Amino acid sequence: MASVDPEIAKTQEERRKMEQQLASLNSLTFDTDLYGGTDKDAYVSSIPVTDDDENLDAMDNEVARKLASYTAPKSLMKEMPRGGDDDGDLGFKKSQKIIDREDPYRLRRLNRVISPDRNDPFASGEKTPDPSVRTYADVMREQALKREEEETLRLIKKKKEEEEAAKAGAEKVETGGAAAPQKRRNRWDQSQDDGTAKKAKTSDWDLPDSSSGRWDATPTPGRLGDATPGVGRRNRWDETPTPGRLVDSDATPAGAVTPGATPAGMTWDATPKLSGIATPTPKKQRSRWDETPATMGSATPMAGATPAAAYTPGVTPVGAVELATPTPGAINMRGSITPEQYNLLRWEKDIEERNRPLSDEELDAMFPQEGYKILDPPASYVPIRTPARKLLATPTPMGTPLYAIPEENRGQQFDVPREAPGGLPFMKPEDYQYFGALLNEDDEEELSPDEQKERKIMKLLLKVKNGTPPQRKTALRQLTDKAREFGAGPLFNRILPLLMQPTLEDQERHLLVKVIDRVLYKLDELVRPYVHKILVVIEPLLIDEDYYARVEGREIISNLSKAAGLATMIAAMRPDIDNIDEYVRNTTARAFSVVASALGIPALLPFLKAVCQSKKSWQARHTGIKIVQQIAILIGCAVLPHLRSLVEIIEHGLNDENQKVRTITALSLAALAEAAAPYGIESFDSVLKPLWKGIRSHRGKVLAAFLKAIGFIIPLMDALYASYYTKEVMVILIREFQSPDEEMKKIVLKVVKQCVSTEGVEADYIRNDILPEFFKNFWVRRMALDRRNYRQLVETTVEMANKVGVADIVGRIVEDLKDESEPYRRMVMETIEKVVANLGASDIDARLEELLIDGILYAFQEQTSDDANVMLNGFGAVVNSLGLRVKPYLPQICGTIKWRLNNKSAKVRQQAADLISRIAVVMKQCQEEQLMGHLGVVLYEYLGEEYPEVLGSILGALKAIVNVIGMTKMTPPIKDLLPRLTPILKNRHEKVQENCIDLVGRIADRGAEFVPAREWMRICFELLEMLKAHKKGIRRATVNTFGYIAKAIGPQDVLATLLNNLKVQERQNRVCTTVAIAIVAETCSPFTVLPALMNEYRVPELNVQNGVLKSLSFLFEYIGEMGKDYIYAVTPLLEDALMDRDLVHRQTAASAVKHMALGVAGLGCEDALVHLLNYVWPNIFETSPHVINAVMEAIEGMRVALGAAIVLNYCLQGLFHPARKVREVYWKIYNSLYIGAQDALVAAYPVLDDEQNNIYSRPELVMFL
Amino acid sequence: MQASDRFNINSQLEHLQAKYVGTGHADLNRFEWAVNIQRDSYASYVGHYPLLAYFGIAENESIGRERYNFMQKMLLPCGLPPEREDD
Repeated sequence: MASVDPEIAKTQEERRKMEQQLASLNSLTFDTDLYGGTDKDAYVSSIPVTDDDENLDAMDNEVARKLASYTAPKSLMKEMPRGGDDDGDLGFKKSQKIIDREDPYRLRRLNRVISPDRNDPFASGEKTPDPSVRTYADVMREQALKREEEETLRLIKKKKEEEEAAKAGAEKVETGGAAAPQKRRNRWDQSQDDGTAKKAKTSDWDLPDSSSGRWDATPTPGRLGDATPGVGRRNRWDETPTPGRLVDSDATPAGAVTPGATPAGMTWDATPKLSGIATPTPKKQRSRWDETPATMGSATPMAGATPAAAYTPGVTPVGAVELATPTPGAINMRGSITPEQYNLLRWEKDIEERNRPLSDEELDAMFPQEGYKILDPPASYVPIRTPARKLLATPTPMGTPLYAIPEENRGQQFDVPREAPGGLPFMKPEDYQYFGALLNEDDEEELSPDEQKERKIMKLLLKVKNGTPPQRKTALRQLTDKAREFGAGPLFNRILPLLMQPTLEDQERHLLVKVIDRVLYKLDELVRPYVHKILVVIEPLLIDEDYYARVEGREIISNLSKAAGLATMIAAMRPDIDNIDEYVRNTTARAFSVVASALGIPALLPFLKAVCQSKKSWQARHTGIKIVQQIAILIGCAVLPHLRSLVEIIEHGLNDENQKVRTITALSLAALAEAAAPYGIESFDSVLKPLWKGIRSHRGKVLAAFLKAIGFIIPLMDALYASYYTKEVMVILIREFQSPDEEMKKIVLKVVKQCVSTEGVEADYIRNDILPEFFKNFWVRRMALDRRNYRQLVETTVEMANKVGVADIVGRIVEDLKDESEPYRRMVMETIEKVVANLGASDIDARLEELLIDGILYAFQEQTSDDANVMLNGFGAVVNSLGLRVKPYLPQICGTIKWRLNNKSAKVRQQAADLISRIAVVMKQCQEEQLMGHLGVVLYEYLGEEYPEVLGSILGALKAIVNVIGMTKMTPPIKDLLPRLTPILKNRHEKVQENCIDLVGRIADRGAEFVPAREWMRICFELLEMLKAHKKGIRRATVNTFGYIAKAIGPQDVLATLLNNLKVQERQNRVCTTVAIAIVAETCSPFTVLPALMNEYRVPELNVQNGVLKSLSFLFEYIGEMGKDYIYAVTPLLEDALMDRDLVHRQTAASAVKHMALGVAGLGCEDALVHLLNYVWPNIFETSPHVINAVMEAIEGMRVALGAAIVLNYCLQGLFHPARKVREVYWKIYNSLYIGAQDALVAAYPVLDDEQNNIYSRPELVMFL
Repeated sequence: MQASDRFNINSQLEHLQAKYVGTGHADLNRFEWAVNIQRDSYASYVGHYPLLAYFGIAENESIGRERYNFMQKMLLPCGLPPEREDD
């Protein structure tokens, strides 16, 4: 379509010339010499014919921009009655929970434990930390232990497998291979984000503890065994994990290598709750945990925080153990049990009560006194002594003897959730375990200060989480203000568990994260002990699929590192760097990159260097190198100053003994090169050799990563080197062309693209060495089936074409346009389209041209799928680039089109019509006007089309033909065509409306004289309906059409129609009408319209009067300087409007005054303007935002027209007014005056008298020569 | 700021005003305003060369001297601020 525009522009130009000649004769035009016709050129004088500007923003269109400056309530403008398309999901709102959209990998966040507070060495100074706090050494030791355990487990597993393999090997040798440990899917770092890592691992160990089924299981006493989801696992972490049993547990077939879940479970299993009963595990952690003040209710609500731990059967469920008789009140206090759970518990207890062993007293009461004898127990009887077993045997150890009436407690909830007291927001069931305590109506006075504080925090958090926006806001502010008072510990102990809540929704998470952010800011260095806790909760945000969540996470971590300092951050995250869980390492690496961007890369460099050279574990090296990669991704070109050091830090990783480390090193280099492009090649010098050597020795994933790195480094090189290195790598690339691996294919394609587009790579080399293999391996049908391969292949091929030219590429694939696979044909077509659109068709010789047209026609005719745009675009691009050369083929093409216009399938007809609109310009170039006329007649005959989509396309095709051959030569003649269009204007389909109004507008603009005036009036009435259209483009075209029609048949009748339309109710309709009136007034000169318009103001109806005022406002905006002739005429009307009781009157009048003032600035209308300013000024105290805006803008307009001095004099009266409210308004005006005309005010400031010590006068101004 | 101001152009306007030193507010006193006026005036004199030339002729000084004087006067154009009554 691009080439239509110059054509149109030329026609317009001719027309304008003709108009100017006629200017003196035509009563409707104005004298350009007198009025200065320049500003009128700024307006759209014809309806846009291209389709692509229809959806543009308001700001892109001249008229619309001017309108936008006035029509303030954009929300209303945009608020259109919408169709029923989004009613479908009414009442079935999709779950908003974050957990529901997370893949298994991301769900692993729930396996992490909010670790206890850590020692802050800065705060404690020199003194030895209290043994009860966890120090860095503790954490590291624990980590080492876990690693060791992991290693042992792996060895055991390996041994078992070997044994099995040996056994199996006796019978069959091959089974040994099958028994190899399940290979862990290698994670491509970025690919985690785009979801390739979603494949769930089947290993039992990898299953998150938190699979929702288990969450829901209600742990009840006495059913422990049944409730155990995985017996095998439970065994292991039982009270006494003897080595033998450990082995047993590994007999579970799925005992795989990554016990991501295990350590967490284990740690918490050792909670002191059981310590009295269970035989303590001989683990080091235990002693430490004993010290933790883990009173459940208050400090760390573990049940909530780590549900995995609390509900894993390893721990005896909370309710039964600690509380003998869980009175309802107590249960509430604990807050960790939902009503259903409570009911179940009570019911269980009841059953157990009845089944408990009878006591002596009961037996005495039951049996008759005589006839029975009480026997002594046998001597060998020993009662059960093991407390643990006793516990399991009788789940209510301190059970009440008989039924006891429970204490009455009003705080108890029955079925209906009770309303939260004290104006607290509604609590969801899942909130009870965190906020349950708030429901107790305990007397606040009786609580200890600490408890009161907790209460307060909980209340505020609940308000933030579930409250209304105002509640949220005040609560957030209070939390922020009192953060230091509350203290870091209580705050984070409340907030962080909430963030681990499995039912969290996006909005809630956002709010809570915001709380953390604010609180962080206030707490500053006090957060140090909690850094790791916070990281555990925030790190998962960094890999969230939601972009804003990722940004939020980054911001928090960045603020955290600024508050806590580098040392603390490193101390907190160091242990996680070689964590056994890949998830933890991944998130930690990302978090580290954020720390680096927050505190500067140089600060982190020494640490990174040490980590990347870690001898202890490959995991540490892997994570260290990954941090570098993440830094590059995160901060982009800002790595440049540190590029050399970063490369030096990781370069040895290319020769690492571990394959994963080599892979990540190559990927990091790729990321660094990508970030640094196009600079920094000298920093990569040291890695070139290992990289290029590496591609010869590696295979598979590592090779892919190395190739990727090379692909990103080559574009940085000088032409000479790039050519050399490309040749080096190309051997490997060509070998890998045949690789069946999808990932490898994509990378190879990408690298080829990067190499080919580099400067130094010669076209001949590509042509001879790459192209044959490339086309042989990649241009196969299979590549068209996968979307990503398809795109990559097209891109790469287009890039090659840019180097070797059109003919080579098109020549190779043109035959494939006739391939039997449609997706493949489409891929060929898309490539040809892009190549030809980029490079033109001059390369294509006659033979190829013939093949091409033939192939395109074939592909176009054979297409069956719905996605037709590729073929259409391809056809259009080829025909347009061939230009004149397509002439011999046009009859054939038109024959095809005509035949297809008559097709039974609507889709085919639509495509045919669309194709006409694409090739119309070329047909004109080839001087096939007769053919076009013929097509016009054919299209005209199809105007009865019933499918709106097709009808729209047919109208579009007609429009394209009319555009190029002009009104006079058009067949069918315009006078026949237009009456046929009038009924189509009634069609409500958007596409039909749009194309129809464009066509009608076009005719009104260029060929109005071919149609009788009565027909135009008829169209006017239809157009009014069009103003209701949802699409802005349609309304705009309609409004413009009014202008053309008015120009053609005179404004009177059109104006009468429009003025009548001001009475309608619909706002949008009225707004459009006012715009139309203004346009009519502008095209036909204001004096033809103003009398009728001003007369209409006398109608005592708000809508009409406002419509008139608005028209005036638009009118003066459009006519600009011409306004000086009309300002005196409309002044009385504006006076009246500015004194009206109705706010909107004054608002609209003020904006009319603004436009008027801006238009006539410097044209000597000051008297009228001062008069109007006197009416505008009293409105400065209005509070309604639209009114005050309009008034302020009117005053600004006056500043421009009258000069700053006059407005300043208006201002001076109120600047020091005794009433503050008055002063505020006046200073606001003064300020905008000052900003607008600071210098001009110097001469106009009032004369101030000196005071005793101060000189206020400005003697310079009284100097006189 | 009023609730109604928050979402319209005025909020941006206030931000804009905050960037300009010379803008005022309801609590500005006579002295502060006068200082702004004086500084604006001197800046204007210095900025308009014809004005400088005019003052130079009137005071029989070189234009450079005039410019220097005006710039110096911008430091404390009205003298020391008066004691605040309410402090």
